[in-house]
Parts: sequence; C-alpha cells; structure tokens
Amino acid sequence: MRHVISLLIENESGALSRVSGLFSARGYNIESLTVAPTEDASMSRMTIVTTGSDEIIEQITKQLNKLVEVVKVVDISEAAHIERELLLAKVRATGKDREEIKRTADIFRARIIDVTDVSYVIELTGNQAKLDAFLDALDPALILETVRSGICGIGRGDRILKL
Amino acid sequence: MVLTGAEIVIRCLQEEKVEHVFGYPGGAVLFIYDALFQQEQVRHVLVRHEQAAVHAADGYARSTQKVGVALVTSGPGATNAVTGIATAFCDSIPMVIISGQVPTAAIGQDAFQEVDTVGITRPCVKHNFLVKDVRDIAVTMKKAFYLAKSGRPGPVLVDIPKDVSMHRCEFEYPKEISMRSYNPVVKGHQGQIRKAVQLLLEAKRPMIYTGGGVVLADAAESLTRLTRLLGCPITNTLMGLGGYPASDRQYLGMPGMHGTFEANMAMQYSDVLLAVGARFDDRVIGSPEHFAEEPRKIIHIDIDPSSISKRVRVDIPIVGDVREVLDEMIRQIESGEARPDREALAAWWKQVEAWRARECMVFKNSDDIIKPQFVIQKLWEVTGGEAIVTSDVGQHQMWAAQYYRFDQPRRWLNSGGLGTMGVGLPYAMGAKLANPDRQVACVTGEGSIQMNIQELSTCRQFRLPIKVCLLNNGYLGMVRQWQELFHGGRYSESYMDSLPDFAALARAYGHVGIRVDKPADVEGALREAFTTHKDELVFLDFQVDPTENVYPMVQGGKGLTEMILSAEDL
Repeated sequence: MRHVISLLIENESGALSRVSGLFSARGYNIESLTVAPTEDASMSRMTIVTTGSDEIIEQITKQLNKLVEVVKVVDISEAAHIERELLLAKVRATGKDREEIKRTADIFRARIIDVTDVSYVIELTGNQAKLDAFLDALDPALILETVRSGICGIGRGDRILKL
Repeated sequence: MVLTGAEIVIRCLQEEKVEHVFGYPGGAVLFIYDALFQQEQVRHVLVRHEQAAVHAADGYARSTQKVGVALVTSGPGATNAVTGIATAFCDSIPMVIISGQVPTAAIGQDAFQEVDTVGITRPCVKHNFLVKDVRDIAVTMKKAFYLAKSGRPGPVLVDIPKDVSMHRCEFEYPKEISMRSYNPVVKGHQGQIRKAVQLLLEAKRPMIYTGGGVVLADAAESLTRLTRLLGCPITNTLMGLGGYPASDRQYLGMPGMHGTFEANMAMQYSDVLLAVGARFDDRVIGSPEHFAEEPRKIIHIDIDPSSISKRVRVDIPIVGDVREVLDEMIRQIESGEARPDREALAAWWKQVEAWRARECMVFKNSDDIIKPQFVIQKLWEVTGGEAIVTSDVGQHQMWAAQYYRFDQPRRWLNSGGLGTMGVGLPYAMGAKLANPDRQVACVTGEGSIQMNIQELSTCRQFRLPIKVCLLNNGYLGMVRQWQELFHGGRYSESYMDSLPDFAALARAYGHVGIRVDKPADVEGALREAFTTHKDELVFLDFQVDPTENVYPMVQGGKGLTEMILSAEDL
C-alpha cells in the first residue's frame, strides 16, 4: 500500500541523511521525498511517499519518531488529504507543434513559463496521476527534459501538522 | 569564566560526575588531553587500541548505572571506535564518545586523519553531533549525556574539531535540558496496565520472558516481586541474565538458540506471555512463523515503541519505563481482590517440571580431559556466584551464560546483539575500575582474546586484577560446531594453528600465567587465582575438550521447540 508520511524535523545539518539513512538501512522504499524549511525556520517539513504493508508502515513511523531530531510524524494518507507535485517540462516547440502543445497545456491548466523560438518550458502542478497523464498526452519525441518535485501533502480540514 | 573548548569538555565531564574516561590521544584531541592533564577529578585510562577504549567504557556502564565515556582522536581513532560504538548501540548501553575532528576549515578537504565521523557512526549511535562553535560545546555535552541515559539508552557521539577545542568562550553548564523533538515516555498507560494485569491473573499457563531492558532499567527487584506474586515460571534472555535470581525455583534458565528445554517449551506453550524489556530476537524465538503457530496472548512492556510488534504481533503493548510499569502492575495486584488461578498454576507447573526433568543441561564430565562446562561450574563455586563475569563471543560465551548462575543484575557482561569478539577483556577492565572490590572474571576463547589481547598491557599499567579464564580448544568453536552440524564436517578456517603459549604471554606482560591441562587441577588453579594472586591479573589457560559442542541447540531458522538436546539427538 502507498502511504504519504509527513514529518517535522529540526532544521539541523545531517537531518535529511538521518531520515534517508534510516530508509536504506532498514530496507524501506522511498518513492519520493521532499523537504524544505517551514514558516518556523528552525524546522523543516518532509513529505515521504513510501509503500509497504501495514506492519512495515507502522515500523516506519515508529522508527522515524525514534530519530532524536524528528518532532512529529503523521501518515497523512490515513485520512482525507491533498497531494500536489510540481512538474517542469522542456519540450521542442516548432512549427505546428507550438499551437498543439499550447492547447494541451491549456487543457491541463499548465502554464508556459519560458519561450524560445524552438522550445517551451511548461509548469504544471497536480497529483501524480495528473502529471503522468499530461506527459502521456505529449508526443514523447518532443519532450527534451522533465523534472518533478516529488509530492507535497497536507491533510484536509482541521487535520493540522504543527508543533 | 572564560575557558577553551577543551577545558569546557573536561568541565562538562566533571559536572556529569564522570570518574573514568577511556581513551587514546592523537593530533585532533591534543587540546582536550592537555586540559585533562591539568586536573585530577577525571581519571584517564590509556588503552592500547581505540576499540578497547569504547568497549571498556561500555563495560563500565554495563556494570554500573553510569554513562561510560570514551575519548578518541579523528580519522583512524574514530574508525577504530566504530565497532565499540555499534556493540554498545545493539545492546542499548548509555555512553558518550568524544572524538576529535580536523579543524573546521579543513573539513571536507581530505585532510590528514580526516573521516566523516558523524556520517560513519550515524547508523550505530542513538544520536551524534558535530560541534562547529565553541559556544555550543556545553549544551551539546549536556544533551549527549541526557540522550545517552534517558529513554532507551544508547551511545551518543560528540565530534569536536580541533580549532573548536582551542577557541575560548564563557563557560556555563546548563542545569537542565529539554528538547522539543525528544520526549521519551516513562509512565505506562494505566488502562493497558490494567488489562495486562487482568489477563495475567486469569491466565492458565502464564510465563514471563525478560531481556536486557530489565537490567538497564534497574528493575530486577520489581521483576522478582511481580514474578513471586504471579507464581509463574520465568526466563531471562542472554542480555537479561541476573534480572531474576537464576538459583530460584521459578527460574527456567535462558531461552532461545542455546536455551533450556523447559524455557523454550514454556515460551511456546504458555497461554499468556509477559515480555519485559525484550525484543523477540531471532536468537530467542527462532522462526517467528513457528512461534506464532501456538495461540497465546502477548503483553509487551518496552520503553521503545519500535520494539513492540516488530517481529511478533503483540496483544497488549505497554510503552514505558520497565520499572515504573512493573511497579504499577504490582500495585494494582496488591490493591485488588483477584489472585492467580492456583489450580491452573499447579497443573502448569506439573507440566513445566516434567520438561525440567529432561535435565537438558547435564553434560558428561571426564577425568581425562577438561570439559568447558566444568570450568564454568567451578568458577561459579570458587567465586560463590558473586563475581562479575564478562565474556567474548562463541561457545565459551554460551557455556558461561548457561552454567554460571547469575542471581544479580549487572554481573554478566557480554555483547549480545552485535556479537563482537574481543569485548571480554576490555569489559572486564571497565567493570573492575567501576567495581574495585568485586571479583571480575573474563571467560574467553583463544580466538576472541586475541582480538584485544594488547589490553593486557593496559591491565598492567592500571593494576587491574582481572582473572582471565581462557577455554582453549584450539578452534573457533562456534564456527566449528556449525561446520560439524551443518556443513558436513568441513572445518573451513576454523582451526587456529600456531597459538601462543598464553600463560607465557601473560607473564611477558607482567601478569601471572597458569596453564591447566587436567580436570583435577581446575579448581585448584581457580582458587590460586582468586586467593593467592588476588591482587594480580591471572591468565588461566584451560586446555579444554576441542570436540565439545554447545547444547541444547535450536538450528537457525527453526522453531523454538525443534531442539537438539544433546549430541545423541543428531
């Protein structure tokens, strides 16, 4: 089962490697991991997408909690939540493709944020499935380069992860 | 008061009431050693290899309730310490390791004696720090000691670059420390404890299984009281020996791979199993699938939530300090009406006694050749069961655990989790320094002792009258045993040729060395060691039966009750 784990961690050097080291040492999967400081600069928030049985996910959350610098751990996928990922795609945009790509981007509510006479850079946010669908909709021969941020997640309504 | 970083380090140790530091100097820790030289409160024990420094500090901690402290230099000093740190980590031993680091400006430049100590040790410490500013030393040291001994204990490493130890700042030791990200649970959940007590009192075949957590939490007395109240059988794991008096009738011996028949059968066929500060390790329960085949309710008390339901599904988890939880259980039983089911217990004991009647620990003694088990029995007799016994890893370790009956906690020191050969002598050094009035014996093998034999020199320098009991069978015995049983008797590299004359070697180091060849001489040699040479280190080289194996045995991966009781079962 796929799970999205959010955690708050002290913004100390080496904090990220403690988390990633834990996953590799214990043989847990990481599908994606994102991290950035929160509005309180002394803390970072991480979103980890992982897969595993209920027992493994239970161990993952316990082991994460055990790390001295981890402040809080929540499996946000246990209840209603929102996931978003950012995609930047550089595509070859020449001739009649320019218009076609623009139309496809509009359908997905993507934005073209860099334009040259031969290429576009397209920005798209959404859940993983939407990003996958957009890439599928493009002619693979036109895709020059893509980069995805990994998932950010947040609980819906009054589910709040804060100190 | 303005002090250098090095002076601050030493002041912090003094504030923490550290009496002994085990270490080895080097370039990156020169300022710290200079500060150490200029005071008398903290005594430094100069080892001969950094691995032994950490092991000795570890043995010091195991034999007391105190935090063990080791001090090593950067680069090879730190890498040599890693085995010691990992050993302590696997057994949750409270320790602070201070390592020197190259100057901050040189970090990342592949400087002389530079390694990423924090990176290398990260997976085998409870936590570690790189101190980049002299003003952070005091608070970091405070945190290190607090982390090491609170919650589930463990080693904490503080890496201090040379320039940081040289810089100056105002020193003030924090009185208290709190970390928003670290709040170990102490008190157990009342409702869970109530449920557990009820289940135990209603049980028909209750059984208690305890591990190192009982020793670490100093909960042996509470455990003994609860066990007597419940009237049920109890077993202590390799790490938990001494948690309950081994000479008591309710005690069934050690469980697991080389545990007793009665302990393993009672673990398997109990209807309620109370696990305390133990972790259902593969060496204890064998195959988890086989273990789960028997229906039983499991109550698990542990300070570390991640130990619960890790290998075995638990019905009633209780997270908290083991002693606090046991005391609360006792309080609830004593203040309540319900008592254990006497009739059911009588029937259960009848079954347990039938298992015990198999006498799985009986071995065939000999008049011609020394049996290793016999040496341990005699060691127990000669020391009145009162010694601190350290061991290395292998057959001798199992025989010591099986035949030396530990009635008290903190008397049995061994590397249970990591299984590190070479710990025995340094553990004995740490234990002897911490307990100068207690007899300390190191039971070892000729393989293990050679992994840290250089420490005989340290023992001479610090006049540590340890009694080394070498069970010399000329083989890496446990490897040889597995090769005999599971690899067609192909003894690949398990025979050690060209062994030294250990007694002569001990004498060369300035100690007493005695070689013992005949069973009739075993007791006399031990008495001589513990009386005539009471104040000297005595190295007893017992030439034991090279073919002797450790039984009972559960083969790796097999079920707990699928035991080989003796060579006749093969």
